[in-house]
Amino acid sequence: MISFTLNEKVIEVDADPSMPLLWALRDLLDMTGTKYGCGIAQCGACTVHMDGNAVRSCVMPLSAVAGKKIKTIEGLPSDASHVIQQAWLEHNVPQCGYCQSGQIMSAVALLESNPNPDDAAIDTAMQGNICRCGTYPRIKAAIKDAAKKQTASYNYNLGKNVGEQA
Amino acid sequence: MNKSNDSMMHNPIDQASSNTQTKHAKPVSRRDFLKLTGLSASGLVLGSMLPISLPAWAHTGDHSNNALNLFVSVEHNGQINIVCHRSEMGQGIRTGIPQIVADELCAAWEDVNVVQGLANEEYGSQNTDGSRSIRRFYTTMREMGAMARTMLEQAAADKWGVPLAAVYAKDSFVINKESGKKISFGSLADAAAKVQPPATDSLTFKSKKDFKYIGKSMQIVDLPNIVTGNTVFGQDVKLEGMLYASIERNPVVGSKVEGFDKKAAMSTTGVVDVYQMPEQPVPVLFNPMNGVAVIANNTWAALQGRKALAVKWGKSEHDSHDSAAYLGELNERIVTKGKAIRSAGDAYKALESASKTVAATYTMPYLVHAPMEPPAATAVVKDGKCEVWACTQTPQSTQQNVAGALGIEKDNVTVHVTLLGGGFGRKSKPDFSVEAALLAKHTGKPVKVVWSREDDIRQGYYHAISSQHFAAGMNDNNAVDAWIQRTAFPSISWTFTGTTDEPSDGELSLGFGDVPFAVNNMSCETHKAPAHIRIGWVRSVSNIQHAFAQGSFVDELADAANMPPQKMWHQLIGEDRKVDPTKEGFKYGNYGEPLDNFPIDTKRLKHVLDDVVAKSGADKPTAKGEAWGISAHRSFVSYVAVATKVRVTDGKVSVLEMHSSIDAGTVVNPDRVRSQQEGSMIFGLSLALMGEITVKDGAVVQSNYSDYQVLRMPQSPKIETYIVASDDLPGGVGEPGTPPVAASLANAIFRASGKRIRDLPVNKHFKV
Repeated sequence: MISFTLNEKVIEVDADPSMPLLWALRDLLDMTGTKYGCGIAQCGACTVHMDGNAVRSCVMPLSAVAGKKIKTIEGLPSDASHVIQQAWLEHNVPQCGYCQSGQIMSAVALLESNPNPDDAAIDTAMQGNICRCGTYPRIKAAIKDAAKKQTASYNYNLGKNVGEQA
Repeated sequence: MNKSNDSMMHNPIDQASSNTQTKHAKPVSRRDFLKLTGLSASGLVLGSMLPISLPAWAHTGDHSNNALNLFVSVEHNGQINIVCHRSEMGQGIRTGIPQIVADELCAAWEDVNVVQGLANEEYGSQNTDGSRSIRRFYTTMREMGAMARTMLEQAAADKWGVPLAAVYAKDSFVINKESGKKISFGSLADAAAKVQPPATDSLTFKSKKDFKYIGKSMQIVDLPNIVTGNTVFGQDVKLEGMLYASIERNPVVGSKVEGFDKKAAMSTTGVVDVYQMPEQPVPVLFNPMNGVAVIANNTWAALQGRKALAVKWGKSEHDSHDSAAYLGELNERIVTKGKAIRSAGDAYKALESASKTVAATYTMPYLVHAPMEPPAATAVVKDGKCEVWACTQTPQSTQQNVAGALGIEKDNVTVHVTLLGGGFGRKSKPDFSVEAALLAKHTGKPVKVVWSREDDIRQGYYHAISSQHFAAGMNDNNAVDAWIQRTAFPSISWTFTGTTDEPSDGELSLGFGDVPFAVNNMSCETHKAPAHIRIGWVRSVSNIQHAFAQGSFVDELADAANMPPQKMWHQLIGEDRKVDPTKEGFKYGNYGEPLDNFPIDTKRLKHVLDDVVAKSGADKPTAKGEAWGISAHRSFVSYVAVATKVRVTDGKVSVLEMHSSIDAGTVVNPDRVRSQQEGSMIFGLSLALMGEITVKDGAVVQSNYSDYQVLRMPQSPKIETYIVASDDLPGGVGEPGTPPVAASLANAIFRASGKRIRDLPVNKHFKV
């Protein structure tokens, strides 16, 4: 049994410890939002967060996941209220949608580590995520937009909760 | 740039399983509708096999559908089910078709529920390829909406005892003109379903100014599910008790299994069965390839078991195929006179007497689709019936091929279409569904066949390797008076005949025999090119190599004449006219459309070219090391011109900007046209910069995105799209954008660096 936290719930999986997290999510846990695209960490379709960092679940053996906090696309708000999800809606980003779980998880991780990324930072963070439909221009625009909105709302909250923060 | 319609934002669109439609508005009974759409319990062949990971669309529910026609039913609660019978692979068709129907229906968009059609001939062709979903069904969809609206209006008129003309529909209500009273579509559902469906020629349609959805940029219906991870693709299907299969297939077409280590595979944890696939006959058709399937409790176990198989492969007549040597042979052949498929005047005589001649040979390698979602299909076979869930572009062909492989009637095969994680033509081939059906029959259990990325790259249906040769003669005024063009590539037809060794008229109709240039002496010729791997259609098909060669050669002529390229394009395209290649002996297909309705209109071609040059500034000076390249092409009865700006420094090509202008006639969802153009630019750029499949000893060398490189975000340029406002009939959108890309890029590189690239991909010559 391998135990880890999946979208804020502690779970146990009975599987070969060498099985990549991707297949445990998809086949054993019925969490199919995370996609298979290449199996060798080349395309990013399988991107999830492990302890807050974007990782490729297709090459992450379960043994390395034990005790960790994993977040998948299903761990984002189901009402699509996350600033990245909202930006994706506003820009009508996806075409087929298959790579978008991974794109979104990479984008969310980017904004968590760098709230105001420039073009080069976006390119660097997103270059591991392939989109064959060619939604890159919209992804980039959506990330920039989300960053702006996030910063705006963060400042607002900061002012509002300044007492608590002090 | 993509302002979504607010009413779309909270539209709870569920995928629903169903089927649908025919080319003509054909009334059906409620029972038939339920059967067609799979919404009734009897519609599902195997009611006990409920998918456990599928959303509502695949479940049977107690729907109270009131079918008004094959495409439209209204629920008591006001939900309006609109069937989409075409496959969604990113082009936005699950939004586009409902937009058309809902507009004529006068439905409020938030009431619309999109139901995905099952495989059924009643709909007419469901083959989602050839950029023709809107082109072929625009009128039919308007009829379906208008018919349903009329039936709802009639039901209300009957209720109020007033003539039909005294009522009108708006936003899912029928309104009494005189009293102002209104009744909801939901309340009228039962009565409307009993109204005699009106004849198609009695229907009334909206005028363009009254369109509410057609021509509007609307958010795609699957978007909320995509951003929350709730969509279901072929790879995502899961049935109760399902097994997972991975198949080791022959690396060389025609080679057979001579032995394998069943014991080793079986001893892998999780593996439950090992099964040798039936031997594939010639022609290869859509049959599964020779191979051995490993069936397991999960995908990972199946993949691990496969590694232990150690399959021994037999010899094949294609063992010696080497793509580099093969291209060398094509290049030798292409400079000799070939078989003329279209000719005017005497091109050879005119060439001899020309004051200036230019000649060049252009080549392209094999390409593969590599959609983000590798093929996947799930099947269950029970009591002589089969049910399939697949990411297929061709549900009907899937149905036929599965039935054939199982030896059962087509009507005993139910095919559900999931979302497709990209298609690009790969998923038009139903081989993977046939594999799933054979394995489901063998095991007696539901089986999902999962293709790995390596399988997808190595066992595809490839875009043909090709060689093109062009020669032209100009007179003293730089007017082109002689034009010879030749092409040679293995034909898709070989896949279906096993013997074809030259391009077919269908393939030559894609940007070759339909060359729209006004040259008095012209010869279009082909050469032999036998096939050695499975050849198939990839987005834009042979337009890719033909537009690359043609668009590059125009630029070479402009350079030789010391003329701006835009001027050379104008000179070659000539006066406003309708080109008819059949008058010069060519069996022109015109994408299955009559030339009367969809002519080759030189005015429209020149317009997109001028439009993109004017809006991009491609005729303006650039910084040192930077340059623009342009190209234009008509395909899928639409017109696209592309202007690409590059910077070439230190042996590296950086693509800075790509602008495109598209004339696709009437446009249903401008934002999705824009997104298709963006995608087409990136797809074209990807193949031109680095797309290359090589074959050695009969087998594909590449295996994954590590060695079959595709475009990534840092290489993606700024992209602008211009849509020509038009009331012409709808043309294609998914494919016409890609063909002019490679030439515009090569032309830009030449003007920036002085180096003319005639053999793609670019990364053979420059860092990209």
